[in-house]
Amino acid sequence: MNASQMIRLQLNGQTVEALPGETLLQVAQREGIDVPHLCYKAGLEAAGNCRACVVEVEGERTLAASCCRQAVAGMVVHTDSTKAIAAQKMVLELLLADMPNHANPKALKTDNELTHWCQQMDIEGSRFDARAAVPADLSHPAIAVNMDHCIQCTRCVRACRDVQVNDVIGLAFRGEHAAIVFDQGDALAQSTCVACGECVQACPTGALSPAKAAAHQPADKTVDSVCPYCGVGCQLAYHVKGNTILRVEGRKGPANEGRLCVKGRYGFDYVHHEQRLTQPLVRREGVTKNPVDLLDPEQVNSAFRPATWDEALALIAGRFKQIKSTHGGHALAGFGSAKCSNEEAYLFQKLVRTGFGTNNVDHCTRLCHASSVAALLEGIGSGAVSNPVMDVNQAEVIFVIGANPTVNHPVGATWIKNAVKNGAKLIVADPRRSDLARHATHFLQFKADSDVALLNALLHVIIEEKLIDREFIEQRTEGFDDLKANVSACTPEAMSSICGISPAELRAVARLYATSSASIILWGMGISQHTHGTDNARCLISLALITGQIGRPGTGLHPLRGQNNVQGASDAGLIPMMYPDYQQVCNPEAQQRFEALWNTPLSNTPGLTVVETMQAILAGTVKGMYILGENPAMSDPDLNHARKALAALDFLVVQDIFLTETASLADVVLPASAFPEKTGTFTNTDRLVQLGQQAIHPPGQARQDLWIIQSIAQGLGLDWQYNSLEEVFDEMRRAMHSIEGITWQRLQGEHALVYPCAHEGDIGQAVVFTEHFPTPNGKARLVPARYRKAAETPDSEFPFVLITGRQLEHWHTGSMTRRASVLDAIEPEPTALLHPEDLKALNIEAGNTIRLQSRRGEIQLFARADTGTPPGHVFVPFCYAEAAINKLTHAALDPDGKIPEFKYCAIAVHKK
Amino acid sequence: MNPAIIPIATAVDFTQQHRGKPKGRQANPHCVSEVLAIVGQETLRRDLLIEYLHQLQDHLGCLPKPHLAALAECLRLSQTEVFEVATFYHHFDVVDSEHPANHDLTVRVCNGPSCCMAGAEELIEKLPALLGSTVRVQAVPCIGRCEQAPAVAVGQHEIGWANHHEIMEAAFGQHTKALPPRHTGVAQYKAAGGYQLLHECVTGKRTVESLINTLSNSGLRGLGGAGFPAGKKWAIVREQNAPRLMAVNIDEGEPGTFKDRSYLEHNPHQFLEGMLIAAWAVQASTIYIYLRDEYHACRAMLQNELALLKANPPISNMPAIELRRGAGAYICGEESAMLESIEGKRGLPRLRPPYVAQVGLFNKPTLVHNFETLYWVPAILEKGASWFSEQGRHGRSGLRSYSVSGRVNKPGVHLAPAGITLNELISEYCDGMQPGHTLYGYLPGGASGGILPAVLADVPLDFDTLQPHGCFIGSAAVVVFSQADSAVNMARNLMRFFVHESCGQCTPCRTGTAKALALINQPQWNVPLLQELSAVMRDASICGLGQAAPNPIDCVIRYFPQELEFEPRGSKS
Repeated sequence: MNASQMIRLQLNGQTVEALPGETLLQVAQREGIDVPHLCYKAGLEAAGNCRACVVEVEGERTLAASCCRQAVAGMVVHTDSTKAIAAQKMVLELLLADMPNHANPKALKTDNELTHWCQQMDIEGSRFDARAAVPADLSHPAIAVNMDHCIQCTRCVRACRDVQVNDVIGLAFRGEHAAIVFDQGDALAQSTCVACGECVQACPTGALSPAKAAAHQPADKTVDSVCPYCGVGCQLAYHVKGNTILRVEGRKGPANEGRLCVKGRYGFDYVHHEQRLTQPLVRREGVTKNPVDLLDPEQVNSAFRPATWDEALALIAGRFKQIKSTHGGHALAGFGSAKCSNEEAYLFQKLVRTGFGTNNVDHCTRLCHASSVAALLEGIGSGAVSNPVMDVNQAEVIFVIGANPTVNHPVGATWIKNAVKNGAKLIVADPRRSDLARHATHFLQFKADSDVALLNALLHVIIEEKLIDREFIEQRTEGFDDLKANVSACTPEAMSSICGISPAELRAVARLYATSSASIILWGMGISQHTHGTDNARCLISLALITGQIGRPGTGLHPLRGQNNVQGASDAGLIPMMYPDYQQVCNPEAQQRFEALWNTPLSNTPGLTVVETMQAILAGTVKGMYILGENPAMSDPDLNHARKALAALDFLVVQDIFLTETASLADVVLPASAFPEKTGTFTNTDRLVQLGQQAIHPPGQARQDLWIIQSIAQGLGLDWQYNSLEEVFDEMRRAMHSIEGITWQRLQGEHALVYPCAHEGDIGQAVVFTEHFPTPNGKARLVPARYRKAAETPDSEFPFVLITGRQLEHWHTGSMTRRASVLDAIEPEPTALLHPEDLKALNIEAGNTIRLQSRRGEIQLFARADTGTPPGHVFVPFCYAEAAINKLTHAALDPDGKIPEFKYCAIAVHKK
Repeated sequence: MNPAIIPIATAVDFTQQHRGKPKGRQANPHCVSEVLAIVGQETLRRDLLIEYLHQLQDHLGCLPKPHLAALAECLRLSQTEVFEVATFYHHFDVVDSEHPANHDLTVRVCNGPSCCMAGAEELIEKLPALLGSTVRVQAVPCIGRCEQAPAVAVGQHEIGWANHHEIMEAAFGQHTKALPPRHTGVAQYKAAGGYQLLHECVTGKRTVESLINTLSNSGLRGLGGAGFPAGKKWAIVREQNAPRLMAVNIDEGEPGTFKDRSYLEHNPHQFLEGMLIAAWAVQASTIYIYLRDEYHACRAMLQNELALLKANPPISNMPAIELRRGAGAYICGEESAMLESIEGKRGLPRLRPPYVAQVGLFNKPTLVHNFETLYWVPAILEKGASWFSEQGRHGRSGLRSYSVSGRVNKPGVHLAPAGITLNELISEYCDGMQPGHTLYGYLPGGASGGILPAVLADVPLDFDTLQPHGCFIGSAAVVVFSQADSAVNMARNLMRFFVHESCGQCTPCRTGTAKALALINQPQWNVPLLQELSAVMRDASICGLGQAAPNPIDCVIRYFPQELEFEPRGSKS
């Protein structure tokens, strides 16, 4: 505290000091003076409505709510005068009167705050009659609503509206009838609630509480960890009793500040699901792999028999060595996973590179942001984000394109919505109208597949109207003339007919983006998952570069990472053309460096990417695979083809926590550990390295993944003796300059450290490229892109466009979330989203079964009417095994990023 | 369906309802077009939400939830943001289905204290049977026609001295539209020299400083009830950073008060000129006039007069003027709640500091005035400060518009010297008590100002004079009652009003008023508990409503203890 700013005031007879802007409650709390308070909660805007915290300020007629009243020099304040205490107690007594006296006040919330303050203030009962009874609403799988416990403090309203900006909860009606409502007084399950549970975390009395009874038990311990789902990287705490997770609460981390979404908060009980793999499995003799009718996980015994770890590991070592000696190392391949830790990813790629002797190692980044990374590496020399999501707070303009963060990065989306509430302008561009569109200043619902046309028009306007940052272009970029020539014909008028956005709107958006003091771009898979995904990203990079909207807080380029560790897995070298830290395998210098570090000769041939691997299997060149936590039999495009490839392998080892669709085609299945069962570091979308900590033990004979990887490596004859995670991490620090300054000790203390982090004590750089770009000459490269169409466009036989993606409740291929009871209860069935007009034209009733068909496959699922989906388009999430939409998708690849075109192919829609 | 559905048991059968649509109620396209047809296609404004709700309610007779969902989508609001506003205001009827309510007309019968004395309760009891099921009869808080008690509104047609014949005639004869009052129009007002003062101001013949001096010397204070010196308020607002705004409070809801309506009905331009002078003095860019919904006739007239004024402005660069319609919420007479309502939100009073002069409407410095304060501005400027300040009695200064109703012969707005006593007011201005009635007690300042007994009828009635007696003058709404009435029942009537009108924001008021009413509805009052409760409501409520709500109870305990010794006269209300 700066002494010169301090305010002096009298508090209960003592002279105390306060900072300007501090409230009386904050001062009292710091001084160790208890003042009851209910509607006040740190992190929420103070409302001052419960009046439990009133204090006497000398000279004022009425009492002041200490949570709202700021300290002023010379103020004489009494928190404990007769008048103040009488009011504090009466407020508590009035509220207590309405609590159902039959119930245990702590039944719904073990730390019921009203009960706590009544005890503190010696209030045992109320002299007033209770209000009329309020019925409970137990309609929702995640959240129980017992409004008889409600004290109208509006903490839930502020949590829902100010914090998460889901805008579901309101305070409706008036006076004694004032009531917390969902939407228009609807049952919670009938409302638009997305079950983020922020309201439950905020509720002081348990009026809003977890629906599952188990959650109300007292925990033995809480374990600080990180969320296992998306790339936002929310910190959380597991509340554990015995070996069971009771509940999850948000923890104050740099990316989430205590916030969570429905997956993070309620999607944890998959770890206790009865289908967990608990022992190694070996395919039974003579049971063939059937890629058409996959094995039902309930029928696991029909195809597999249990084995000991020794047997399984020996079998694996023997078969891999055999394939290697017969066909060479390039006949082997490995897929790691973006759900695994940095240490696991590092050891996995090291195993493939040094044990298999090939660079055939990849993971699902290939299916997410490979094209973004290709464009970023080419343009600015680094595939990571330039600025954290949280920088939207410092932006004047936020441009979100091809991303649906309220669904895929829900907590990240809250920061965007908060920024808009605080005055930032939001541009949302997407063929589908997402929830974020409601908050947008400009919503561009452009035609799917026309990204380059749209973005070139923006570039054209910016250059044409001289809204460029000339100095930035001259000093920090190259290739501007080519770019300018490339977009010279891309007038808004010319591009409008392609992208469907009016010239006036294109101009307005271009001006807004270019001229703001700070503009940030965030994008998702709507940009990357196209055969022109790299071109799409090139245009975004050009936008930022020619306007100088990069290298400062509130600006930059942020490809929103999908998986909790997709950034870290890529950093750790889980990609076929690069060693850790993006060192090209074909760069002799890098090769030598890693050969020295790993003390082994290495291949300098870039390996196969995910989809290429499938093709190589069918071509007979790849014969054996080790797949860790990846589920290509659900996530790859053109699944019938991909599953056929997996089934065609001579030998497939799958290490996972469930018998996934991929595991069902394996020769050996190894029972692995779920996220809360192990410790490791995970790198979020902001380049923030965070520590996930073990909360429970793996079930049965399931083992931690690091142990399994090391055991297989040893079986292959590698002399690995890692005795701890710390040793692995230390080796990574030696391999990767970016994280040199991050030590295991620091991580244990700080739980989150951002890189680049050069040395111990370095706080890390949240914003990069401030002075130069990590390219050979320090300059960024502007790469022009020309509009071209998707690989497969609609025709009379397949007249609809299929867009695939995720939905809020389910994660990736659904292997975890379909087994999380709350999440699967909220979205239990596969649905296809179509515009109501299309349904009408096809004479299909919303909710009925439909058949979707492409040149590659067909599925059946339910039709859902959705006005956000443009007519002529169908959106289907890819998490449903019973309706695996990737049977229909097209395996056409982007030439640079090798990413398949998940966001566009032609299909037909049939009434069943 | 493909066979291999993962066999996962669901906790709740959540399935069927969600299969065919996204979560929650979706805006129905035909409701969206209907809503747009009603409210207009132009870019919708968030702050006009309450106006849109009125338009929908006027057209549809109610607010069906599907239409609210559609309105929310048009405004890019969430459904709850619309719903919580719609359900806050008593004049909106939110209904579940698309089908309108089963009545096509609402008859509102005032159950304020004066109307109850004049037989309103009997009407409320009798009317439903007489009017049939297609007419809804509602007992409503004071509609501001206490001098014409009992007062009733049939649709938007306001009827004074109402009897059931007249009500039936209006209801069945479809006389449900407001009848504009006879008033001095803009031409007439201008012909008599109106808007000259305003002209003198803008042309530099008068300075802002001279105006503020005159007002300060006149002793003009805020006549909405708070009594803040008008000149000082202008000086404070002027000092704030531009842009500055102005809001006029004509949400005259204090039971017993009808002075603003009375003046507005007769001479709207005297008020409008005062308003424009004030806006000029503080350089307000936009003026918002907040008129209570119950004054349908005034609204029609004012809309018309404002249109005429805008068509032919008395000065160039006249500030924008927006007329806003309340929706049945007494609390919106509290200045910060009114600002919230103008912003299109629930009328919840704001916590102070900051004061509205600093952070007001849309977070801009705002000059907020009651109607009557502005009404006197032209008169004072024209006649001089002393014309106003030299009036007064018993050592008080100025003029007051007493809205007198109840058991007197000549109820009405009586412009009388400040400091006049009740006895003087009744005898000099009201032609005495009604035959057969003896003064038993009175409310000096509407529902909030407390209850005084007949023995205190010689206390000067003004700001600051009643505090020692546990009362205040407020808007000078004087309700006179007699031996035919009971103070306990009066307190019950008033507390019922506060329960009805509490905004529900803070515990002492939301819960306190409800618990207090339950206690005083008992035959025996728990006096110690009531006193304890009322002290806390007074000390800890956010705004004046909750702080003043216990006044009637405290006054009964203090001045009418005899009524508490046995079951009071009359039945429970």
